Amino acid sequence: MSTNNPFADGTDDIERKRQIGRVFVGICFASTLVGIVALVALLADVIYESWGWVTWEFLTYPPSQVVENFLPDGRGAGIYPAIVGSIFLIALTAVFTIFLGVGAAVYLEEYAADSQLKSFIEANIANLAGVPSIVYGLLGLAIFVRGIQLGSSLIAGALTLTLLILPIVIVSTQESLRSVPDSQRQAAYGVGATQWQVIRDVVLPRALPGIMTGTILSLSRAIGETAPILMVGAATSLFVSPDSLTAPFSAMPMMIFEWATLPEPEFQHVAAAGIVVLLTILLLMNAVAILIRNKYDPRS
Amino acid sequence: MTTNGGGSRTVSTPESSGSRSDATMTDNAPLGSPRVDDAVIESRGLDVFYGDDQALHGIDMDIPERKVTALIGPSGCGKSTFLRSINRMNDLIDIARVEGDLRFHGKNVYDDDVDPVALRRKIGMVFQKPNPFPKSIRDNVAYGLRVQGKDDGDVDAKVRTALERAALLDEVEDQLDSSGLDLSGGQQQRLCIARAIAPDPEVILMDEPASALDPVATSKIEDLVEELSEEYTVVIVTHNMQQAARISDKTAVFLTGGHLVEFDDTNKIFENPESDRVEDYITGKFG
Ligand SMILES: Nc1ncnc2c1ncn2[C@@H]1O[C@H](COP(=O)(O)OP(=O)(O)O)[C@@H](O)[C@H]1O
Ligand SMILES: [Mg+2]
Repeated sequence: MSTNNPFADGTDDIERKRQIGRVFVGICFASTLVGIVALVALLADVIYESWGWVTWEFLTYPPSQVVENFLPDGRGAGIYPAIVGSIFLIALTAVFTIFLGVGAAVYLEEYAADSQLKSFIEANIANLAGVPSIVYGLLGLAIFVRGIQLGSSLIAGALTLTLLILPIVIVSTQESLRSVPDSQRQAAYGVGATQWQVIRDVVLPRALPGIMTGTILSLSRAIGETAPILMVGAATSLFVSPDSLTAPFSAMPMMIFEWATLPEPEFQHVAAAGIVVLLTILLLMNAVAILIRNKYDPRS
Repeated sequence: MTTNGGGSRTVSTPESSGSRSDATMTDNAPLGSPRVDDAVIESRGLDVFYGDDQALHGIDMDIPERKVTALIGPSGCGKSTFLRSINRMNDLIDIARVEGDLRFHGKNVYDDDVDPVALRRKIGMVFQKPNPFPKSIRDNVAYGLRVQGKDDGDVDAKVRTALERAALLDEVEDQLDSSGLDLSGGQQQRLCIARAIAPDPEVILMDEPASALDPVATSKIEDLVEELSEEYTVVIVTHNMQQAARISDKTAVFLTGGHLVEFDDTNKIFENPESDRVEDYITGKFG
């Protein structure tokens, strides 16, 4: 210690803390890696299995019991009725969830006074978000299929999926409403707007991107759900697309499930092809959600 | 409604609160001259609570018509709370509770038959931080007209008049359809003032409207406030004493704890206040 270093004391301590930091970064990086590797492996496997099986015919023909029909030079067979079924199912579910979910969230967040009842309801909604989807399937079977006699129909499936994602949509919508700055509400109240005018003109437009994002992400969860629609009684191999609300329907996850359980090994490729189609639709929906979020982000 | 307003009001509303009368000073009356001849707003024994905390104690003062009344005092002394209780913006705060009388033209605005929405149409407000809507300049100014159903006829002319009065028209005349958020902070605040005056209220409440602005923008707002007082009753909160001295006719000094200590002509407050604490505050000894 010939020169006088004012930082001399405590240096070792800093170095040790840095090392702990590096170890921590290493662990975090490894965790990230596990997730990414698993995802990439999964995707690679599905794409490899389905290679050559995702054809135009696959997208536009009804399914077949004969696996040769799925081959590029076969008579043509595919997932068409299930795609249409899934799209109708999701469209109906979207309509129901937007009205019920946004309605409930606006009521809870903007109108209901703070009370124990409200906290109780909110806690329960949050809990419902964690209930396994098969339970909603049973509920749908009891209420919609048997209770109000909708049968194993498109609308019964859509109502069941609505129940499934409603809690998530309510919670995410409430969060979007809460993130609208109070200063905006005050600006509207300050010029003599009624509460309804404030909600319509200021709160909802501002919260809309968040509401849309949350709703689309929930819908993309719903479109991949198998258990609830299985309980409701969605058909597996349906050769025609649904043509009314009360028609029987199939959906992509059901179709994939059916193919995956067939004995012929070639059907594994057909199932993989179905998965690729389902994942593509899922990714498209998520991309739309992200686009909406970025486009309307008030910070940008 | 200007000269003999005080007299007729006393006669017309003895039953409105039943507790206090205008003629006698209450225990809470501040030093100075808390009564004015042409009061539009009279606060009588106004207490405001947030939950169990009392933010204002028996505020007793008058606000004269078409004058600028400044509310000054150190931060946290209840200036904003008082301002918000005039147009019942406190209703929006769940835990806020108001007791006592706040009369507008002699009518207690906390009476059951007063609709806060109708009240806010008479008493507009400008906030500390400019809060334009993410809409066009035109739609921002027209918003009050729309919600109040005053958007029949020539909305555009009304929008231009309001922008003119808010000393903003020259700067934005050819960009009325661009977003209000694209304006500078000072312009945004004048846009908010235009939005507040477009539906033609009687009173304009301003809560530190220039505190987020640079000195040039601030002096524009100050000039504007003085001009507005020719047509409107203006109540302005400021923690800037020079500003209060420059632009106001009456000054109310609130001090810590939520007490109104002195209310008088602005000259009197700044030149010769009765309260020593007010004098200390004015001369910068605390606050
Ligand atoms: N929304 C609120 N909830 C609870 N307490 C509040 C709220 N607004 C103000 N207060 C309290 O009331 C007192 C007065 O605040 P305020 O009126 O904002 O003072 P000023 O505007 O003079 O700075 C402060 O003690 C503050 O903490
Ligand atoms: Mg304040």
